Amino acid sequence: MEHRFSSVQQVRDSLKDVNYLADDGIAGVAFLADRLAKPILVEGPAGTGKTQLAKSVAEMLGARLIRLQCYEGLDESKALYEWNYKKQLLRIQADKNSDSWSEVHDDIFSREFLLTRPLLEAISAPDPVVLLIDEVDRVEVETEALLLEILSEYQVSIPELGTITATQIPMVFLTSNNTRELSEALKRRCLYLHVDYPSMEREKEIVLAKVPDITENLADQVARIVRSIRQLDLKKAPSVSETLDWARTMMLLNIDSIDAQTAKETLHVLLKYQSDIAKAAKELSVDLT
Amino acid sequence: MLDLLSGFVQELRNAGLPVSLTENLDAMEAVRHIPLEDRDAFKYALGATMVKNSAHWRSFETVFEVYFSMRGPEYKIGEGAEDDLEQMWREMQEQMQQQQGEGKGSSGGMDSLTPEEIAQMLMKALMNGDQALMRALAKQSVQRFAGMEPGRPVGGTYYLYRTLRNLDLDNMLQKLMEASKQEVGGELTALEERLEKDEYESRIDQFKKEIEAEIRRRLVADRGAEAMAKTLRKPLPEDVEFMHASRDEMQALKKSLYPLTRKLAARLARKRRHGRKGPLDFRNTVRHSLSYGGTPAEPKFKQPRPSKPELMVVADISGSVAAFARFTLMLVYAIQGQFSKVRSFVFIDGIDEVTEFFKGTDDISEAIHRVNTEADVVWVDGHSDYGHAFEVFWDKYGKDVGPKTTVLFLGDARNNYHASQAWVIKEIRSKARQVYWLNPEPKSYWNTGDSIVGEYAAHTDGAYECRNLRQLEAFVEKLV
Repeated sequence: MEHRFSSVQQVRDSLKDVNYLADDGIAGVAFLADRLAKPILVEGPAGTGKTQLAKSVAEMLGARLIRLQCYEGLDESKALYEWNYKKQLLRIQADKNSDSWSEVHDDIFSREFLLTRPLLEAISAPDPVVLLIDEVDRVEVETEALLLEILSEYQVSIPELGTITATQIPMVFLTSNNTRELSEALKRRCLYLHVDYPSMEREKEIVLAKVPDITENLADQVARIVRSIRQLDLKKAPSVSETLDWARTMMLLNIDSIDAQTAKETLHVLLKYQSDIAKAAKELSVDLT
Repeated sequence: MLDLLSGFVQELRNAGLPVSLTENLDAMEAVRHIPLEDRDAFKYALGATMVKNSAHWRSFETVFEVYFSMRGPEYKIGEGAEDDLEQMWREMQEQMQQQQGEGKGSSGGMDSLTPEEIAQMLMKALMNGDQALMRALAKQSVQRFAGMEPGRPVGGTYYLYRTLRNLDLDNMLQKLMEASKQEVGGELTALEERLEKDEYESRIDQFKKEIEAEIRRRLVADRGAEAMAKTLRKPLPEDVEFMHASRDEMQALKKSLYPLTRKLAARLARKRRHGRKGPLDFRNTVRHSLSYGGTPAEPKFKQPRPSKPELMVVADISGSVAAFARFTLMLVYAIQGQFSKVRSFVFIDGIDEVTEFFKGTDDISEAIHRVNTEADVVWVDGHSDYGHAFEVFWDKYGKDVGPKTTVLFLGDARNNYHASQAWVIKEIRSKARQVYWLNPEPKSYWNTGDSIVGEYAAHTDGAYECRNLRQLEAFVEKLV
């Protein structure tokens, strides 16, 4: 199989072209995932661009993104495949008299009566696809087992039909917010990538790339203030997407240099808990005076 | 290469990281695709294939640094790399001389610098955030101040301490702040000052890490990777003992406690919901049978609703076990949704109820702080007296213990040879649903010296050793 990427640097550059600023770790793991044909398990705090990574990779490869949003109670019929029960009934009723039993039996369990769900669709697609299994930590431990076959062998076994093997190996991303420990079996099959809050320099670049017309100076200030806030002991530290929202707020308000007053008044964009806002406001203004 | 990697994996396992055979094979496969001279890529390749938990990353990094410290050009110790540094050094010196007009004579080379000059250079490097110079300085200061001698059986922390003492980094921050004020020419606003301070703090932090790395490199060069890996091995956060945690480890513990409680709460809630199925729900079954033409093909069951326990936590917060009590309280309150009611009491030789501190506040650490400062727990001399504390507990709150209550005692039961009053525990047990004792000491220390945990444990439903987060978590899960 030919490889999608030629080097780590190339991954990084082309991700940058689609406005995703990867650090060495992210680009390196994406590169390896392609070479080893393994899924990537992306973990990290909310709002650090885990889902965006999958979207950007899809955009970069010009591939279709197939997304499976996980939730409690997700089952086979929603994730893998389902028999089109109504159509099968119709088929049986349509010609009651003519067919023998075995013919009907063979007929109603054929591809025509199969409804593909995201996972099956991803491996049977003829065009290049990127499969995103979002928030995999939300499904129960037992349901995780559904994913194992597809993640390691890139195939789906359907008892009535046989095994469907992937025509091409898609890039697979699993994201997790770390609300529970994933099973060893799942972890073992994946490459692990921990995405944390970016360093100040990278965050500044992200702001510059994502917020149009922002001045370098303002972006720098935004990044520095956000870093200071993250050092506080908060319930929920500001995420990258909130940083971007904040930068956009500044742009809308036509502010080109942030002082303590403006920062205080707009903190609610950055922080979502009243106790956190109060704490940050106190820290930013009173400290050291 | 193969030998090196398998040695590395062995060391990871020794450090407590679970690396399976397939992961090991993946790592071997992965490094084939990575240019070996790219140290970072190499590290990430190994990390992505073998470390599947972000909390383990730190341990992994330490082992990695030890094992691969001698490889890679910028990490050489020998004379070869010194040339560029010296070059840079001279340039810096010339600059300084131009600025200050001091013609001290360009003696060249780092070794001839006085400590003051080093401090000055360092300040400059920190101001400009000059990474290369910072690294060079780290090297130089270790060489100069740490006083490392080959074969000396001293740990890395000793050298670190010596180096840092000589550099006086705390004052450095002050000086940097003043310097930046001068540079702007006038007062900074509070916000700007704060940002500047954070910036410098992070740079100084980075510098400290450089020094640490430098010391480690030298130690590895001296003693070999295997020996060093053993001494530098960092326990995983969940294996750190409460009673012997350093300040850094405490911080790490605190950080890992929050996601842990979230996980625990999610798991417990799930367990509650997905437990055994209840009795047949006749109404619901008939209702669903309609879609099968009246045949009850799909039996429905009632959801069992196990009652939530009531919890009373009685914790010793005297010096020796305070950290343990703090963590347990934090954990219990973080999952208080799993209990119908939580009441907490703290004692040293007097006892006080602190439930109020946790009410109406989201901030558990704030509440803990109030417990430590405001609770009235000293009766006579502020030395643990379990007996008296328990007596008072029985008098004041004994009537609140009911058949739904689970009572949890936390402490090492080091009673300073006071009367034990173990009858209180016996009485409580006869009224309560369950009584447990958690002891942060290793089991082998129990009942030695003034520890009388055995006397109390005899009257409880179980006494457990609870030295680290892993054990604590396992216990709490059992509790619900």
